[in-house]
Amino acid sequence: MPLSRLRLRDLGSEMLAGLLQRPGRSALTLLGTVLGIGAFVAIVGLSQTASGQIGKQFNALDATQVIVTDSGAAQSQQPMLDFPADAATLADRIHGVIGSGVWWTVPLTRATVTSLPGRGGLGLPVTAASPGLLTASGARLASGVLLNQFYESHAQNVAVIGRTAAAQLHISSLANTPAIFIGGQPFTVVGILAADPRLAQLNFGVAIPESVALHLWGPPSAGTSAQMLIHTRLGAATVVAAQAPIAIRPDNPRLLSAAAPPNLAHLQHTVTTNLNSLFLALAGISLVVGAVGIANTTLVAVLERAGEIGLRRALGARPRHIGIQFLAESTALGLFGGLIGAGLGVVAVLGVTVEHHWTALLDPRIVLAAPIAGGVIGLLAGIYPALRASAMEPVEALRR
Amino acid sequence: MTVTAAGEPVIRLSGVGYTYPGPPPVRALLPMNLVIFRGEHVAVMGPSGSGKSTLLNLVGLLDRPTAGRIEINGTDMGAASERTRAAVRAHEIGFVFQAFHLLPHRTAVENVMLAQIYADIPRHRRREEAMAALAHVGLAKRAHALPTALSGGERQRVAIARALVNSPSLLLCDEPTGNLDSGTTGEIADLLAALHEAGATLLVITHNPAVAGRAARRIAIRDGRLVDRVDRGPGPEGGQGAFVT
Repeated sequence: MPLSRLRLRDLGSEMLAGLLQRPGRSALTLLGTVLGIGAFVAIVGLSQTASGQIGKQFNALDATQVIVTDSGAAQSQQPMLDFPADAATLADRIHGVIGSGVWWTVPLTRATVTSLPGRGGLGLPVTAASPGLLTASGARLASGVLLNQFYESHAQNVAVIGRTAAAQLHISSLANTPAIFIGGQPFTVVGILAADPRLAQLNFGVAIPESVALHLWGPPSAGTSAQMLIHTRLGAATVVAAQAPIAIRPDNPRLLSAAAPPNLAHLQHTVTTNLNSLFLALAGISLVVGAVGIANTTLVAVLERAGEIGLRRALGARPRHIGIQFLAESTALGLFGGLIGAGLGVVAVLGVTVEHHWTALLDPRIVLAAPIAGGVIGLLAGIYPALRASAMEPVEALRR
Repeated sequence: MTVTAAGEPVIRLSGVGYTYPGPPPVRALLPMNLVIFRGEHVAVMGPSGSGKSTLLNLVGLLDRPTAGRIEINGTDMGAASERTRAAVRAHEIGFVFQAFHLLPHRTAVENVMLAQIYADIPRHRRREEAMAALAHVGLAKRAHALPTALSGGERQRVAIARALVNSPSLLLCDEPTGNLDSGTTGEIADLLAALHEAGATLLVITHNPAVAGRAARRIAIRDGRLVDRVDRGPGPEGGQGAFVT
């Protein structure tokens, strides 16, 4: 006599029928797995995407820059300047420094930059800049020359203006040696900047020699402070930042504080680790809740469907046929939950990246593995209920 | 105590007894001998708790006796593995239950087809054979109705079609009219009698004298023992007898 069988195709159709006979409950059971897998995919995707953004934003320009701040002046109630006159020269001696310059915003209280005396002034930022600043900041000239040591040491009333400021001041050419008035003081425009990638305010403002600014308006006002921008070789920024305050003010390096750009690899690792440890824990909890949900629902289904189990046994099903059917149902629940969760996770990643104008980065292996992980969770969650179902005695099952 | 009839035996019980383990242990069936022959229509009667359903469960291989030997078509089933017993249930035995045991989310024909899965009937034959079984019990037109849309009698007809669809050598009916009104009871009794006329071997557990009256042989159980020969109809080989010893 041939043995009783449960063909794979029959198992599939019976499994689907089992799930669809209570679609609402099946859908609710999926939720835990959907949330867990969805959170997992979203977290990994966002983590990868965020790391990618960090990589993009912390580019070589940022990685070769050190900002030294006059922290002593920032905390002082009096206008003061803790950078010595030869600060840039001292900084340039540090190994790994390409160029440096001191700057601060000149303490003008009113909008006083104009191209004609007596006319209403424009509210343009006026920057006091040491000779090396514009070189260190990577400023590119549209025409003319940059501020230099000559202008500085001779305290010449000259100015270099940004292209936007030039347009506002109606200066299109240096051919006629145009002049502007800052706080009523005349300045000859010697250069027009095309762009300055590091100091944004130079693009739409005016730069004048440090010595002139000090002479006319004194040091930075109380509560503000001068800064030094140091352009370093790639990889030297951290070391330069550590050495700069001592090199510039060996008598009292605490007056200065230097900030190097964050270490890219370290930052990425930190961000990834923080995100992963926090959100993956949440995803893990969701997955456990999902697994418990599947196990619970499957166990309830086993108890509710005892009569069906008894009937199937009477019709020739072996205990393993019963167990496999319930195991298939729980696995399918996990698999479907994983599929939906992976889809929602991808949508979440895309939503966040579109919102932030980022580039989405998501390892396709994660997306493919997510439904499988869901299936494995469903499989594990279904083991106990399946064992219970297969161990059910047919007579007892039929009696329920 | 032995009840026998002449001919080729489908079921042979030799000293079969059953004791529920308890505690305390309850002797549901005292050791008994019973032979049912191919083509017989046997009714088992008795009060509630007398052991009728226990006897049917043992004969249907849904449970194992605690004493004695059960043969089906000459094979000892008491010592057989579960896979063998499952195979016999799938191919040789059809069950009809008092509570119908139809799956509520499946149509009549799908309920009938459920029995074909474990008997490994090829898929392409299933629907056709299930429809034929439904037609045999007069329900071809209700094949696509859900059980909730069927009357009690119709549900039991679906259950009978499911029991018949694999052409088993034995049909076991446990109170098949227990949930039906008197009119429908008559219809089901007629249907079972017709199946017997067509050659089926039936063992029917029933309280109902009208249903039992349609059986050629009636035996009684009381307090777990075969107590009497209730009646003796003509046996399959011309009436040699069922008797009690």
